[in-house]
Amino acid sequence: MKRAFFFLLSFFLLISAAQAARISEVVEVSMLDQALRFFSFQDPSVRYALAGSLLLGLCCGLMGSFLVVRRLALMGDALSHAVLPGVALGFLWNMTKDPLAIFIGATASGLLGAGTVHVLRQTTKHKEDAALGFVLASFYGAGICLFTMIQNRPGGSKAGLDKFMFGQAAAMGPGDVLLLGGVTGACVLVLALLFKEFRLASFDPGFARAVGLPVRALQAGLMLLLAFAIVASLQAVGVVLVTAMLVIPAAAAYLLTDRLGTMLLLSAGFGMAAGGLGAFGSFVGRNLPTGPFMVLAASAVFVLALAFGPRHGITARWWRQRCRVARVRRENMLKAVYHVLEDADFSGDQAGVAALAARRRMAPREIQKLLEEVRDSGDVTLAGDNVAFTPQGWQRACEIVRNHRLWELYLTHAAQVAPDHVHDDAEAVEHLLGEETVRKLEKRLNYARRDPHGKLIPGLGDIAPGRPSGRATGFGGGGEGRP
Amino acid sequence: MNALVPVFDWDQVVVQPWSTDAAFTAWIVLMGFLVASACGLVGNYLLLRRMALVGDAVSHSMLLGLVVVFLIFREVSTPVMFLAAAATGMLTVGVVEFIHRQSRVKPDAAICIAFTTFFALGVVLLSLAEVGGPVHIDAECVLYGEIALVALEPPLVLGGMELGPPSVLRMGGVLAGVVVLVVVFYKELLVSSFDAGLARSIGLRTGVWHYGLMAALSLVIVAAFEAVGAILAVAMLIVPPMAAAEMSERLPGRLAWTVGHAALSALLGFHLSVWLACSAAGAMVVAGAGLFVLACSVRWLIRKTGKVVSASVI
Repeated sequence: MKRAFFFLLSFFLLISAAQAARISEVVEVSMLDQALRFFSFQDPSVRYALAGSLLLGLCCGLMGSFLVVRRLALMGDALSHAVLPGVALGFLWNMTKDPLAIFIGATASGLLGAGTVHVLRQTTKHKEDAALGFVLASFYGAGICLFTMIQNRPGGSKAGLDKFMFGQAAAMGPGDVLLLGGVTGACVLVLALLFKEFRLASFDPGFARAVGLPVRALQAGLMLLLAFAIVASLQAVGVVLVTAMLVIPAAAAYLLTDRLGTMLLLSAGFGMAAGGLGAFGSFVGRNLPTGPFMVLAASAVFVLALAFGPRHGITARWWRQRCRVARVRRENMLKAVYHVLEDADFSGDQAGVAALAARRRMAPREIQKLLEEVRDSGDVTLAGDNVAFTPQGWQRACEIVRNHRLWELYLTHAAQVAPDHVHDDAEAVEHLLGEETVRKLEKRLNYARRDPHGKLIPGLGDIAPGRPSGRATGFGGGGEGRP
Repeated sequence: MNALVPVFDWDQVVVQPWSTDAAFTAWIVLMGFLVASACGLVGNYLLLRRMALVGDAVSHSMLLGLVVVFLIFREVSTPVMFLAAAATGMLTVGVVEFIHRQSRVKPDAAICIAFTTFFALGVVLLSLAEVGGPVHIDAECVLYGEIALVALEPPLVLGGMELGPPSVLRMGGVLAGVVVLVVVFYKELLVSSFDAGLARSIGLRTGVWHYGLMAALSLVIVAAFEAVGAILAVAMLIVPPMAAAEMSERLPGRLAWTVGHAALSALLGFHLSVWLACSAAGAMVVAGAGLFVLACSVRWLIRKTGKVVSASVI
């Protein structure tokens, strides 16, 4: 067993050894010096690694956005594995690591993989995930076979090919950077020219087809660009982590905005930031491999977006939820005060804590606490054990009661629900109904004045501020003199 | 280019491995069969749940769990390794679920985010730990998970009896465990995979079954790892059940076909690797994929001729 684990570990060590080629060969310098060296850009290796990482982040960020919005993230994963046999075949072309031959072979193989997924989806009953998994696994298996075949041939040292599987950002040369630059330029150009078309074809293929866009060609073009991006990035970050650079920055951007254009920009920015951080971190930290560090930087951005995104972040959602719960709590209290006043036929304008406690079946101390909360929001005034509405609070209480009773009436009239079944539903809906819906309901119910239980529905005239007379009529004179 | 594919020599490719080197051949084919069938049986349920690529994710993030365990204990035994594998697998699935429940990121993107991050973290931790001392790096074939190494292991001797290579025995144990689980919990797994709503309504705790399946998946992957490598283990999870699904509509039939497919692809793959002089694990996957294509075309032919027959009857 120890031996088995050792195999495992050495398997991964080999990966990390491939990835962990450092940008810097200098060992005995302090971190600060190292950082200064990085920013002076004197080493050509630093320049290439940084330029390559930035371009990679830009390119992957742009293409990844489409993957994320179209739910194709796993397609990126499958494609990045599917290019492997093409890399081997490109190498076989003339038994040298000719970047162009490898690029062509890898792209062709990637497109073949995408095509296979499509064919499997069309002709068999297998679902998307199975088709993707099949392509990922079988192409990768074929790639491994080809690699080992090359390795067993005379003159077929596969040392250079490993680079494609695990990536070496640190070892990028001018040729690699040029290739990445070309691919990135092509992606930016095509996306800039055809942005509207791509957007339409991605979000609503049916409509795009209807207005005469060549949807299939656009989707194939997108796959082609994606394959380009993957193949060009493969040398820097390797098969597994290229998926990460495609998906993670784009997912972070997806959490921050609802617009595709903004998302593309954000995602490209995140990708470049992650790329730069990866290059910097692996240079300064010396022991940190570039690719994984890049991915961790991107993940950190994603985690921040997930936690603190202004609209879709967890904190923001939690805060909104909290505010909503607090509002419902306050509104329920206002309603209780209204009910207590109503029980007394609106003869007084103050409700006692004891009556409220009895009404809500809660301890007076809790009621007191809730009332203080409502007072702090300016809806009631507290005088000892008595509570009275402010104009604003009176209006809100009337609205809530009206919503509740209108909804009960609507359910009994329009939905034929029994009168004793409508209360719970109305209890939830009363906090959600907007004015517009209320107008519609009132109209639909012929401006009824009584709810199914015979209670008055406070109307528009009753709750409009500054029109006390209107309200008074609504309560048959019972509410005169109220604020 | 033409020298890459050697001439097919029946005697050398098919006869010799079984005559001169029978034990070697048998262990490799047996290991291939054990890995493919154990993975395939679990994979059937993944396929039904449309979670085929979760296996991919789990197998990658396994690295983090193993590295962490190694850093903590320094010495690793089978139970610890299996425990770590199961924990990592469930952690991955849990993180994926957390991301897509708590935000609007879709599950597919969540899978990618989780496993690549774990993988990257594992690599970084490894490279930090590596500073401590140089670790001997073994044969390059381990990189791809070379199944042929299995036959070279010193056999486990118990009570004077030579039982066989330990990793084959371990894999056999895992397969036996999977078979027992599938037989004992057949009904529960069936219902919770096909119709989670029904399963809940008859009182099954689907969450427990879900995470139990993930734990089994992690164990199978970690046991299969050294033989076939991470991604080829994923291939063994997906390809046999897909081929089986072409052959049968019913789960028992599928499970049986999965085992048959595993045996065939191990055998064919081995001979393919002898012929082409390439990685045996890779060749087994290629053979399995070829069998899937064959199954597809058989099904297509049956449907086609069936149509012709029914048309002529009318």
